[in-house]
This record gives sequence, structure tokens and C-alpha cells, in this order.
Amino acid sequence: MTTISTDDVRALAQLSALRLSDDEATKLTSDLERILSYFELLGELDTEGVEPTYYGMDQTNVSRSDVIAEREVAREALTGLSEGGVVAEQFKVPKVL
Amino acid sequence: MKIAKQIDEVAATSAVAVVRAALERAKADKNNVVINLSESRALERAAKVDAGELKGRLAGVPFVAKDNFLGYGAPTTAASKLLKSFDAPLQATVVEKLESEGAICIGKVNLDAFAHGGSTENSAYGVTRNAVDPTRVAGGSSGGSAVAVARGIVPFALGTDTGGSIRQPASFNGVVGIKPTYGAVSRYGVVAMASGTDTIGVLAHDVEDTALLMDIMTGQDTKDMTTLPDFFAVQSTPTGKKLGLIKEFMAEGIDPIVRARILAAVEQYKSLGYEVEEVSLPMLKYALAIYYIVVPAEISSNLARYDGVRYGSRVGNEGTLRDVYELSRQAGFEPENKRRIIIGSYVLSSGFFDAYYQKAQKARTLLIREFNDVLSRYDALIGPVAPSPAFKIGNNTDDPLKMYLEDVMTVPASLAGLPAVSVPIDTNDEGLPIGIQIIGKRRDDAHILAIARELEELRHG
Repeated sequence: MTTISTDDVRALAQLSALRLSDDEATKLTSDLERILSYFELLGELDTEGVEPTYYGMDQTNVSRSDVIAEREVAREALTGLSEGGVVAEQFKVPKVL
Repeated sequence: MKIAKQIDEVAATSAVAVVRAALERAKADKNNVVINLSESRALERAAKVDAGELKGRLAGVPFVAKDNFLGYGAPTTAASKLLKSFDAPLQATVVEKLESEGAICIGKVNLDAFAHGGSTENSAYGVTRNAVDPTRVAGGSSGGSAVAVARGIVPFALGTDTGGSIRQPASFNGVVGIKPTYGAVSRYGVVAMASGTDTIGVLAHDVEDTALLMDIMTGQDTKDMTTLPDFFAVQSTPTGKKLGLIKEFMAEGIDPIVRARILAAVEQYKSLGYEVEEVSLPMLKYALAIYYIVVPAEISSNLARYDGVRYGSRVGNEGTLRDVYELSRQAGFEPENKRRIIIGSYVLSSGFFDAYYQKAQKARTLLIREFNDVLSRYDALIGPVAPSPAFKIGNNTDDPLKMYLEDVMTVPASLAGLPAVSVPIDTNDEGLPIGIQIIGKRRDDAHILAIARELEELRHG
């Protein structure tokens, strides 16, 4: 059984840029304990010397030649998507500190 | 409703009439399928078909896309509050491919927000109801896509499948749904969930239509470097006839009626000249744990971009930048999104990385080896899609682990990048649809469809 505290969950939330309510933090703590305990099942497996599979397909180093293309998508993305406003093609955000 | 029937109707009336009728069916829907319709754009494109400006194998045929496909004419919300008013500046490659054959996207349909879930209950736009029994779930996360096809709103729908999100709702609503080989279909312009197992597929009325759509959708895309050179060729008869029935999927925990229906399908395959043997894959026991470590890890990384600055509704602008990030994400994500982000952050954090993430990826290697070994002896593997037919709405919402366990039969093929199709075989005594899952070797997408088609033809004559 893996145990985890509400403070642990709050620390994870901060790493994840989430500001949880107290109720959410409490619920997530018990959810996480159950889920992480389920993961203990993998402890049965001997994985000594086994290479991890980070990428599931049998392709490696796919490359293509550089081709100049006309695409306005980046500019459209910048001007059309941010609700906080764009000034001189830059995102406008509040003070950092 | 078959694609051919819609094409006949376009010829007999007009594309505008066919598209208008589909829009009317979508508006009359009582299952909460649609998030936004793209009515004016759809009718404009239909008029172009009637004017002879748009041609192709799907000229005038209406379809819907799960709302995590970027498209013109309606917002792309991913069923989240965060992207409620996100108007995509581009279209997904697969939408473009279908449109280049004259197909007409009439709107965007419901899913679990950001495709996190297996029931379409985790949506900011309400629960989608099962096509047969409205007190039950549609399955998910492509629940809207499955119900749209099952209710005859459109002949086909785009979906995504990361761990079962096409196959399980297809089974729950009685339609065909394919999760292709990883890399078979371009993911450009689709909201990323877990890039290591995300696939794009389709839900349709029958196997023949599914094969036609796969023929159009597959192939390499310079905008998605994970795509494979096109290998798909529609085939009407299977090239091999030896099937393995997955023992672990037929053991304890499976609904007895689902088990009986699968065994009946096995007998049908035998009557078609197939050799069917029970086969054991002991690593399947670990697949769900592997999946729910690896996938949340990728989710926590992929969803970092939704910060209220680059994307999404901004909250907290009167405070600091940190407030904007935290409050926008807090307000914009559903509880299941947050749960997965937090699990991902946990398994990736230093001190736990080796014990969880690294361990899971090593276990994944063992699972893939086992699949490769078994699939060297069989043409395909068969078994159920889910442990039971569609469950009641609200049944699993308080218990995330119980909800995750519903995915136990679909995540293995995802982790191994294998193609898998769900095909309706029967119903239970209450009329709830039950599908069979056929899992093939990598790049054997056409082969599993040919195997599926034989069973379908036997059932329908």
C-alpha cells in the first residue's frame, strides 16, 4: 500500500501549475493512494537488463529535406488564440513577480 | 446507414439536401452527441458538390469529427471549458484528406475532455447517452462519434484511440471502430493526449465502409514525422485463417453473456474454416498498470501548453503570471484531467521516475515481446472489447480505478502499437450491443478488416 499526504498532492499540483481547492486535494489524495497502490503490481516483474520502450514503433531517425513553405499559421495562432491580447506579435501577460 | 446509401441519395436529390437532412438529424438528437455544428460551411461545401466543383469517392457524404480534431467552421473545444472558444487556424490532415474526396464535416461531437476517459461522462458539455439505452454510457472517449453513427445521424465519424477510445464506444453502441497501427494515420491537427499511443481512426456502419475510409485516411504526412509509408490496401478476403482466442480476456471478471457471445463468434469462425486456439499472454495482467503510468506521464507533459497564455480562456489576469497559469488551468480542466496530470507529475518526479515510469516502459518491452511471439504463430488475436456491455451512467464516476479497469482489454494493443478493430457481433438479453475485438500484427490493418468482414457477412448474409 502506497501512502501519500495531502501536502504531497499540493506539491504535485504546484509542479503541475494547478491551484486545487481543499476538497479536490483531499479527494485526489485518496484517489492517488489507490491508483499508486495498484501500480505495485509491476513489482512482480523482473525487468533487470530489459530495455525500456519509449517509442512503440519500429522507425528510427525519420528525416526530410528542408523545403521553404509559405505558412501563416504561426502568426494566426498568435493573433487569434490568446485571449489575453497580443501586442507587436508578442503575448501580453501580467507582471511575473 | 451505409456510405453507398448516402451517395445514392446525393445522386437522387442533391448534396445540399443530404447534408441538410443530416444537420436536421443532428439537431433533433436526444443523446447529447453534438458540441457544435458547422452548418453554414457544410452547406456551402455541399453546394460546391452540386455545382460539380467538388468531386471524389465521398462526394456529398456528411460526417462528424470528435471535437479534438482541428477543423474550420466550428470551434475545437476538446470538450473542455478551457478551449470553449478556440477557433482552429488549420485543419487536421485527416479532415483535409476526407474533404478532398468530397466528404462534408457537419460538426464536432462530444468526448471526455481532452479524451481522458472511457464513458464520455468527463465532458464540460454534459454526458452523451448510449444509442440503445439512454440510462447507460456511450463509452468513450469517442462516445459522440459512436452514437452519431449508431443513431444514423451520419454514416461515419472520426475518432481517436489512445487506449480504447474508438473500440470500446464502438462496441457499446453497435458500430464498427478501428484503431489503426500506430503511425498509419497522420495526427497533425489533432489535440495530443499521449503521443506514444495516440492513434486516429474511424467509426462506421460496417467493415466495408471502414476499409474504404482507411484507404483514404492512411499514409505518410510530412507534417507528422511519426507516420508510416502507406501500406494499407483494401482486401476482401483474409490471407490467413488461424486465430488465437485470448485466454486472459475470457477469464474471471468478464460478464457471462459477453463471454458466451464471444464463444459463439468463435464457433462462427470455425464454420468459416478458421482454426481457433486459446492462447495465453501472461503479460496482459500488467498492461493496465503500465498504461496508467505511461499515459498520464505523457498527458502531464502534453497538457502543459494549456496555460491561459498560449491557449485557453484566461483567468487571473489581475494577479501575476503564475496566477494566470494556475487559475486558468484550475478553471479550464475537468477533474479527470487534473487527476491524470497529477499522476503524471508523480511518476515523472525525481525519486519516483525509475520505480514507476522507467519500470513501466521496461514492462512494456516485455508485453510487446510477448505479442510479437504470439502473433508469429497466429494471423490475429480475438477476444472481447470490454468486460461488460455499456454500464449505467454514474456507475463508475466516484471510483477512478474502477473506471480505469474498464480499459483492461483495449490498452494492451495500444501499448504495442498494434491495429485492432471492434465489430458488433450480437446483443445481450436487454438489447445492449456487444462487439468482438480483432488484434493484428503491425501493418495488418487490412488483414484484420478482412477477417472482420467474413464474420459480418456470415451474420448478415
